[in-house]
Formats: sequence, C-alpha cells, structure tokens
Amino acid sequence: MLYAHMHISSFLKDVSGQPGIGAVSALQMSRRAALIGGFCLCCLPSSTAAATMTEVGPGIFIRAAPHEEAAAANHGGIANIGFVVGRDSVLVTDSGGSLTDGEWLRAEIRKRTDKPIRHVLITHVHPDHSFGAAAFAADRPAFVGHHALRSALEARGEFYQKRLAEVLGAESAGSVVYPTQEVMKDGAEIDLGGRVVRLSAHATAHTDCDLSMLDVETGLLFPADLLFVNRVPSLDGSLPGWLAELDKLKALGASRAVPGHGPPIVDMAPAMADLTRYLSTLSDGTRKAIASGVSIEDAARSVAQSERDRWVLFDDYNERNVIQAYKELEWE
Amino acid sequence: MKILPLAICLAVLAGVPLTRASASEPVNMEPERQERWNQIAQYLFGDRKVEPTETLIKLDAPKRAQDAALVPITLTMPEKNGIKSVYLVIDDNPAPFAAKFTFGPAADAGSVQLRVRIDTYTNVHAVAETKDGRLFETAAFVKASGGCSAPVAASDEKAMAGMGEMRMKFAEGAAAGKPVEATLMIRHPNFNGMQKNPITQYFTPPRYIDKMSVSSGNAKVFDLEADISLSTNPVITFSFVQNGREPLKVVASDTKDGHWEQGFDIPAAMN
Ligand SMILES: [Zn+2]
Repeated sequence: MLYAHMHISSFLKDVSGQPGIGAVSALQMSRRAALIGGFCLCCLPSSTAAATMTEVGPGIFIRAAPHEEAAAANHGGIANIGFVVGRDSVLVTDSGGSLTDGEWLRAEIRKRTDKPIRHVLITHVHPDHSFGAAAFAADRPAFVGHHALRSALEARGEFYQKRLAEVLGAESAGSVVYPTQEVMKDGAEIDLGGRVVRLSAHATAHTDCDLSMLDVETGLLFPADLLFVNRVPSLDGSLPGWLAELDKLKALGASRAVPGHGPPIVDMAPAMADLTRYLSTLSDGTRKAIASGVSIEDAARSVAQSERDRWVLFDDYNERNVIQAYKELEWE
Repeated sequence: MKILPLAICLAVLAGVPLTRASASEPVNMEPERQERWNQIAQYLFGDRKVEPTETLIKLDAPKRAQDAALVPITLTMPEKNGIKSVYLVIDDNPAPFAAKFTFGPAADAGSVQLRVRIDTYTNVHAVAETKDGRLFETAAFVKASGGCSAPVAASDEKAMAGMGEMRMKFAEGAAAGKPVEATLMIRHPNFNGMQKNPITQYFTPPRYIDKMSVSSGNAKVFDLEADISLSTNPVITFSFVQNGREPLKVVASDTKDGHWEQGFDIPAAMN
C-alpha cells in the first residue's frame, strides 16, 4: 500500500511557527543566487492566446497555458493552474506563475463561487507553479507543499523572484510564499466538505519536492509537473527517480489527469506513454554515451535527438536534461 | 525544417571520439572586460608578456551554459610536445583563477577536459606556457548565470557522502605505445563558500579540491592546482603515455586537509 490516508490535521506538519533564519553578510547577500532550475526566463513568447478556464470535471476548473517561456505578455502564466470546489471550500492547484497570474485566477474563482479559499497547493519549487500563491494571502489559506519544498524555496526562491521581476516587473512578479502545512512521506488528505482529495509527497523525480493530488470523487489525477504533455519535460531532480514515480502514479489507476503542462485534461495512458518514452530515451542514450566514453558536451548535443520533433521547446531544454542525466548516471 | 545532427549520432553509436568544429563564442572586447583580463594577467604572470595565439592553445566552451554549475571546457594544445603547463581563467568568477595543469614526462599534453562553475556572463581565458618559458593566451565568451552559488545537494551531509571516492575510465581502442585517454572522476562537493545550506540557511564554508597529481609509475602525468571553480564531483579527462604495466596513481587533497590516494590498473588489452 503506497499511501496511508488520514485526515489532514493529523498528517500535515504545521510549520507556520518556524523561527526566522539567521542573518548573512551584505557581501554574501550580493552573491546570493541559485540555479535557474531549467527555467529560461529570457525568451519571448510566440503568442498571447487569451486564457480561459475549462471545467474538466464537476467543480474542477483548469486554465491550460501556452508552451512559452515566462514573459511580460503572458504574465508568467505558462503552467496549468486551477481550482476544485467542494461543499464547504475551494482548493487551488497550482496558483500561477506570478502575482498577476494568481490574481487573475482568484478573479476567475470569484466569478464562479463565493466559498472560502482554504487551501492553496504549491506542487513544487518552480516559479511557474509557485509565484501565484501570493495572490491568495488575504484569504489566509493553508499553503500546502511537499516536506522538502521549504528548503528548495529557501535555496532558490530569491533567485527566481529576481529573475521573474526582471521579466515581469517587481509588482507583477510577486514574492516567495513558503508552505504553512507540509505533506509528509505517507501522504495526506484534505476534505473540502463531502469532497476528499489525496496528496502524495513523491521521492525525487521532476524536482526534489513534487506533490501530486487525486480527487477521490472523480478519480481525476493532478500529477502537476510529474506529467508533461507536448511541452518538453525539464529534469531538475532524478531521472531514475522520475521513472520510478511514474510507475507509482500509473499504479493509482486513474484514467484521466490534469498535466502540469499541456491540455487541461488528458487520457493518462497515452500521455504517460509519451513521457515514459522521452525519459527512457534520455536515460538509455545517456547511459550508452557514458559507457562508450562520449563526453558530457557531445552527449548533450546528441542524446534523445529522436524525440526532437515530438516536443515543443525541445532545443531549449533537452541539452540541459542530458547534462542533468549524465552527471547523475555517470556514478552508477 | 529540423535537421538531425547525423554525424554526431553516428559517432555516439560507434563510440568514436568526435572532432568538433569549435562552437565557442569569440572573446568579448569591451574595454572593461579587457581591463579585467589585464589585471588578472598581471596578478598571475607579473610583467611577463602574454601573447595571443590561435594555434598553440585552443579553448572549447559552450556559448551559453546549459547548466552554469557544470560547464564543460576542453583545452587543445596541437604543439603538445612544447607545452609545459596550461591555465584556465574565468575572468568574472569571484576567484578568476580556475585551474593550472603542469605536465610531466608521462603526459600527452594534446588536450585536457574539465568541468567548471561559471557565475555570470564572462570571458574565459586559456593560457599555455611553453617549455621555453613563453606565455600564449586564447579566450571565449560564455553566457552563464548563477553557477557559483548553485546548491550542491539537499544537505551538506548528503553532498559529503562518499567524499574522495575515485573512478578512472580508460578510452577503448588504444594501441600499445600510443597515448591513452583517461577520465578521472572524484566525488567531492567542492563547496566554494557560495552555496547556502538549504536546511540551516547559512553559507557552507569553502572546502574544495585544490591539488591533484597523476603519475604513471614514477613518471608524472600532471599536477593540477585548482581553485573554487571546479564543479561538484570533479571530472578530468587527460591523456598519458604508458610506463610499462605500472598502474596510474592519483593523489588528491582539499583545502580542509582531506587527502586521498588511489591506484588504477591499466586494462590488460592496452599493454
Ligand atoms: Zn516544474
């Protein structure tokens, strides 16, 4: 049995009372920055399609985002975001790629329901999924994340914020929001009033802090960035780990899912097959390159090129994915 | 129309070493960048003349780093028998001097490869010192961001696991009497003082490999002096001339008195 199911209050560690961090010197501060984490915030979008919400299931609304990099024209709205309405309250997942994106989502929620927004999920550290959270601060929801999310945000959040502010402007970018409730290894449940969602804190896969959600009533899975559709996946955690977590997701038996990037809703089987094929190709090709003495830079240019025509933004991410894979797999 | 880089794919399948057209971006000539290099050269070499070269040393670096914490660099020295040592300098890193290889009698000084952290858009310089004491430089411009402070692992403890473990890979297809290409891997977090511990939020104190020495029997292949810019888990590719059946010996040490030694038998097929 993969997941133990208990009520959220007993399973989410309350960390809102955590003491502040130690001070660092000005010199250290000026040097502070962190890995971009596979996110290029510098490229202009190719289109600015008007965003719309799709009702993908009863009380489940999703905005599918274009396959672009964060830019002023899309307000950082490049990931799928949305919300689930229960009898008593609303749960947001994810909240958006900027304060502006999050504010837009909040307005969309208020067009449809006056119920309180009690939970905002932050499915992982990447800015296109985490920076909308600030738009919900006034609702005083529980900000729910993986138990490793806080340290990931502490290591990178400030760097993301700075880069996002350069692209969108500081007011639009918003600020880093830390989880106030953490999902531990054995998972958690949230009851929205007659509607229960199950949360899973995954082992290192797409990142080291991936959270997925299953809506029990509809059987709809929210794998967030554990599932990329059409947009080339970005590897920022562990390649064998991601493939292993995909197996666990498949074992949940959901037939449809809301991917982190792609259409608002997809059939699980073909979408998972495509992602598994890309990651396996990346893994096999990188292992082969390592075994035959191909250098990391030559591997970066050659591995997984058979996947090139199958994914949007392939050239922007594949080389980096190979480097991530190579440095992980060369020690096997 | 997307074109598959067929030559590269075939080379990978065949395991053939690639000869690359240099994809590096030319050195950036902005006055302040030139002034910075002049200062660094003065610091490293005093009043010795450092002449530009397009033949004695070549630098292959990506135009844009895909991962700023792991930027692969190849130095090629076509006139290898006349080369005494090579320097790698990353002008705008917090400590620009990155590495110096000093070649010994068992070296094949034709090329070395290493991986570095690059913090910002910068010129990268390679300098060759010839056996007759002259200095020659070449440079490339690399676009990178945040490489020096990129986190190493989820915790310092995790990053330190297995520290000092070494592996050596020998390229296949070497013939007796010919130089052998080898790749040395060492597990080491190479903390440079700019990584923040994700748990304590304090900066992890610097601890990085600053000396490495490789010998074939009693004959030196190279000595390496390094500073903060080598990537986590350093990987160095070099070539050496075999000295009978003597194993390849590696001695490495870091800035916190870490000391590791290991011998590697050369695969029998190569003897
Ligand atoms: Zn992501």
